[in-house]
Amino acid sequence: MDQNRKVHQFKNPVLNWIEFRLPIISYFKKEYGDYPMPKNCNYFWSFGALATITLVTMIVSGIFLAMNYTPHTDMAFDSVERIMRDVNYGWLMRYIHSNGAAFFFIIVYIHIVRAMYFGSYKYPRELNWILGVFIFLLMMATSFLGYTLPWGQMSYWGATVITNLFSAIPFIGEGLKTWLLGDYNVGNATLNRFFALHYVLPFVIFGVVGLHVAAVHVHGSNNPDGIDIKTNNDSVNFFPYMLIKDTVAMCAFGVAISAVIFFGPNLMAEVDNYIPADPLVTPAHIVPNWYLAPFYAILRAVPDKLGGVLLMFGAIVILFVLPWLDRSKVRSCNYRPIYKWFMMGFFVNFFVLGYVGMLPAEGLYLLIARVGLLYYFGFFFIITPFVGWIEKPSKLPLSISDVYTKNIAPNIGGGEKGMPAPAMQKDTNL
Amino acid sequence: MAKKPKNKRRDFLQLSTVTLGAVGTAAFIWPFLKSMSPAEDTLAAGSTEVDISAIEEGQSITIKWRGKPVFIKKRTKDEIEAAKMVQAGDLRDPQDDADRVQKEEWLVLVGVCTHLGCVPLGQKVSDMKGEYDGWYCPCHGSHYDTSGRIRKGPAPKNLDVPPYTFLNDTTIKIG
Repeated sequence: MDQNRKVHQFKNPVLNWIEFRLPIISYFKKEYGDYPMPKNCNYFWSFGALATITLVTMIVSGIFLAMNYTPHTDMAFDSVERIMRDVNYGWLMRYIHSNGAAFFFIIVYIHIVRAMYFGSYKYPRELNWILGVFIFLLMMATSFLGYTLPWGQMSYWGATVITNLFSAIPFIGEGLKTWLLGDYNVGNATLNRFFALHYVLPFVIFGVVGLHVAAVHVHGSNNPDGIDIKTNNDSVNFFPYMLIKDTVAMCAFGVAISAVIFFGPNLMAEVDNYIPADPLVTPAHIVPNWYLAPFYAILRAVPDKLGGVLLMFGAIVILFVLPWLDRSKVRSCNYRPIYKWFMMGFFVNFFVLGYVGMLPAEGLYLLIARVGLLYYFGFFFIITPFVGWIEKPSKLPLSISDVYTKNIAPNIGGGEKGMPAPAMQKDTNL
Repeated sequence: MAKKPKNKRRDFLQLSTVTLGAVGTAAFIWPFLKSMSPAEDTLAAGSTEVDISAIEEGQSITIKWRGKPVFIKKRTKDEIEAAKMVQAGDLRDPQDDADRVQKEEWLVLVGVCTHLGCVPLGQKVSDMKGEYDGWYCPCHGSHYDTSGRIRKGPAPKNLDVPPYTFLNDTTIKIG
């Protein structure tokens, strides 16, 4: 091997010993020590760190729950009740895990909203965005699998409805559904495999998160003004500045989630899930977890089985191609006077879809869901490409540090890929 | 560069090795995929015999067969009339009432909505029965008529009729 390669030297001989054999010390120093963060990043940029912390919390609390859980249709419900009543601090583990799932989605939704509003998905971070959407998909699958495990009425019927979505696929649908369930309906075989997959998928998520973080560190984080770091004046080191800032965010998050865990642990739970699963009785009103409700609203808004399923999955898959639907070179919506409002409309619309997704699909609610569905897809297929074409962006700052001195570039955005103004090229070699 | 014949030999070896490897991998994956299909004991789930002597006209019972609810209904004259009146051609899943029953007062159905698998309401007197006075699925609003045929809502097909035989006048064997 190459004995002449350059090895980082540290004061601590133990670190040097490790570094020579596995250059992990310099890696961490580079990625989490000296890593430059744009100095204008606000608290929206803390949600990636919060999501990582929540993922770890979910994995840890989940492992401890699994020590007392029994994945069998006759015993699953009782074993969860035993965790709640008899296992020491079992109630705490379970409430951390069930509310942690909801908070995980809140955090990830804010993280996605931030990426959309400030254009983080654009060149050169498209792959990063794709990995993120992939993580989101894995999260939805994992939360669905986990929701089945307590084996209450909502668990059973939620699993029945969702796995029946696959039966809408022509020709192979029924066979595929039976293969996924391991039975002709949701049963013990299903519960067993759902438990196995629910246990393993978070580790897959953890791996993809690793890629997601590695990818963002290649070109650095985006920022509220959507312009690149030009000089050292534009950035601060991750350590200690961003670490401390993320820690403050983490404290606020800890207060919020503790308030729910200790004072309203069932606020986001469905009452029917405290009734053991009964394959002969469907609850009068089946609802998904609120964080999946917007997609459920889309499913029900379509009066055709296959059409509804396709649009529901389409609503997620469309996110993958967002970087190519948006033709505008300007990243941040702060500098996009028209698109900004459509973007905010998209967020509001998503909320409305989630709201009607929790209500019966009848009358006015159905109408609202259909209008919401039209806006959802219209936003991606019509508004996003069209507005990028006609919109005249406002003037971008010359550099991040100029945001604070209010210098404005003489040219409007639209230079080379993501470089807002040609004038910026001058000081790249400083 | 090497001579042509030599390259050919190497290409052949490479291609056949890769092919063999791919086939071997596929053969190795197959048992794992197949293990997720229903097991033999699941497939062997048998038949159920039901005593129907106690069912009054207009009454309906729910029994469990292969883990699914099965509705057995003794229909009234009006309900049979209503089911027969319908022109099969007008339906989403065209089927005559006569093709769905063996004896016209006895209707036997798998009580699973063909949309997303919920159990439709309509078995109890107090239940909503939908606009066609048969069954109504509360999950996504599918309406079934007195023959269990889909009339309104998102479900694509009629409620399934399971295989069954009348052992005698008071006993049905399902499956």
